[in-house]
Amino acid sequence: MELHRLTIHELRDLIQKGDVSPVQVVQDFLVRIGQVEDQIQAFNTLTPRPALGFAKKFQDIQGRNEKLPPLAGIPLAIKDVICTKGVATTCSSKILANYIPPYNATVMTRLNAAGAVMLGKTNMDEFAMGSSTENSAFKKTRNPWNLGCVPGGSSGGSAAAVAADMCAGALGSDTGGSIRQPGGFCGIVALKPTYGRVSRYGLVAFASSLDQIGPLTKDVRDAAILLKAVAGHDPLDSTSANVPVPEYEAALTGDIKGLRVGIPAEYFIPGMDPEVESAVQEAVRVLERLGAVRERVSLPHTDYAVATYYLVATAEASSNLERYDGVKYGHRTADSDHLIDMYMKTRREGFGPEVKRRIMLGTYALSAGYYDAYYLKALKVRTLIRQDFTEAFKHCDVIVTPTSPTPAFKFGEKTDDPLQMYLSDIFTISGNLAGVPGISVNCGFTRSGLPIGLQIIGRPFDEAMILNVAYAYEQATAWHGERPRL
Amino acid sequence: MAKITPKEVEHVARLARLELTEEEKERMTAQLDSILGYIDKLNGLDTSRVEPTTTVIPMVSVMREDEVRPSLTQEEALANAPDREDVFFRVPRIIED
Repeated sequence: MELHRLTIHELRDLIQKGDVSPVQVVQDFLVRIGQVEDQIQAFNTLTPRPALGFAKKFQDIQGRNEKLPPLAGIPLAIKDVICTKGVATTCSSKILANYIPPYNATVMTRLNAAGAVMLGKTNMDEFAMGSSTENSAFKKTRNPWNLGCVPGGSSGGSAAAVAADMCAGALGSDTGGSIRQPGGFCGIVALKPTYGRVSRYGLVAFASSLDQIGPLTKDVRDAAILLKAVAGHDPLDSTSANVPVPEYEAALTGDIKGLRVGIPAEYFIPGMDPEVESAVQEAVRVLERLGAVRERVSLPHTDYAVATYYLVATAEASSNLERYDGVKYGHRTADSDHLIDMYMKTRREGFGPEVKRRIMLGTYALSAGYYDAYYLKALKVRTLIRQDFTEAFKHCDVIVTPTSPTPAFKFGEKTDDPLQMYLSDIFTISGNLAGVPGISVNCGFTRSGLPIGLQIIGRPFDEAMILNVAYAYEQATAWHGERPRL
Repeated sequence: MAKITPKEVEHVARLARLELTEEEKERMTAQLDSILGYIDKLNGLDTSRVEPTTTVIPMVSVMREDEVRPSLTQEEALANAPDREDVFFRVPRIIED
């Protein structure tokens, strides 16, 4: 049985019933990784021995016919931006290449308690800054659907690992689209929760008012399962929301009769990829056939989102990345004998060009004389963008858009002009600025075989709604059964 | 008109504790100039009566009792130190003689 092709819920059923051993499951994934990782390069670190160790523990419990935790033996991949105690957490950066966290992120504590098993840490754009995973200091991850194309970013390793059946599911992080966009490029389900829905304790911080951890999975039910496992208030994260976590799986009824689907005019612009536009329009027709009602809405400040993001996120990043100074952990230059010089050389040696660029932009935006014109201005435009969503949600229940303006692009296609790369996040960035949840599901393929992502955006803390709409669409179509040929 | 000059790039790099090569400085100046040019579109918006967003969800200062709780041990905290002596992180000299 090809266990690695199964979803989390299928494996869960087999394991809980005792039909299959957790050790068998983990072994099957490890064999799969051995077969395809050379081509895909999704992982920075693999942890086969601890994974088998935990699987064996659950196998013993299974053998004694005792109760297993809900996700016992389910193998997951974790983006290398999430702290895993005792296991290297590099953020795909030279500056943290040797960093081994002394603590677990809260999401890891919760997944461990649920019995999930970690197969390894996945590759990413350095410090989550990028849209293609090309900014990794270590390796290029390839899109399983076309090895000459990027998997998207910054959670490219996680997305590729799920698409290539190298794990049952994965966690990523999303600051400007870094879960949804690679999810779209790799043809899988990828969800960014509402800001504050999932604890950021142990998530290496990029932009503290935008970052969220979320699931990347093979189908919508799996995303509901992983989200439920990690969501909820955390006293260790004072930005985590004290809002109860619904039973997301139970919310998957598939019933969307009467649902008002908002289509924002600003997301369907002349010059967008015609295959993307036509796939998304067809997807909306599917929703209509299921009983949804199309509503025209407007998000008038969409055009200002990328500019706003590149001030807010970089300003926050410039502050968050000050801690990488070679003093307490990470790389330290061998080349210096006094402190300021040590900082400057350490950071010069340890950071890649995109990270440096964003630190510079953010520092500039916050510096004396420019703070009002840039950072403060951006915070005000952020209010306008948030208000756009609040207003739109008076006229619809969910907003549907393409996940990206194009499908996965080729390696090197956008690396010459940083601005071109930034613009590829145009449909996801507003969601982070407004704090609203969004999910990407596959809605078709281009003529050249690349997946096309459909994004469903919801009101704050309405993940149950967007999961159910995604589920209804998924169950009415066959895209989620497709797998890349490797 | 240039949005950012090489002198400003040097100043910002110093603030950010980033040492840049001459080539990096030149490339950075051009790239930041282009990005700042794009960002200029924000000035087309009238935000004179708009409050800045500092938090997207309603948040108040989260407090707890000032009691000692478990944290990292000294050894755990020092485990990743690039240079340590006894229970200290050792760094290059801070104060000039």
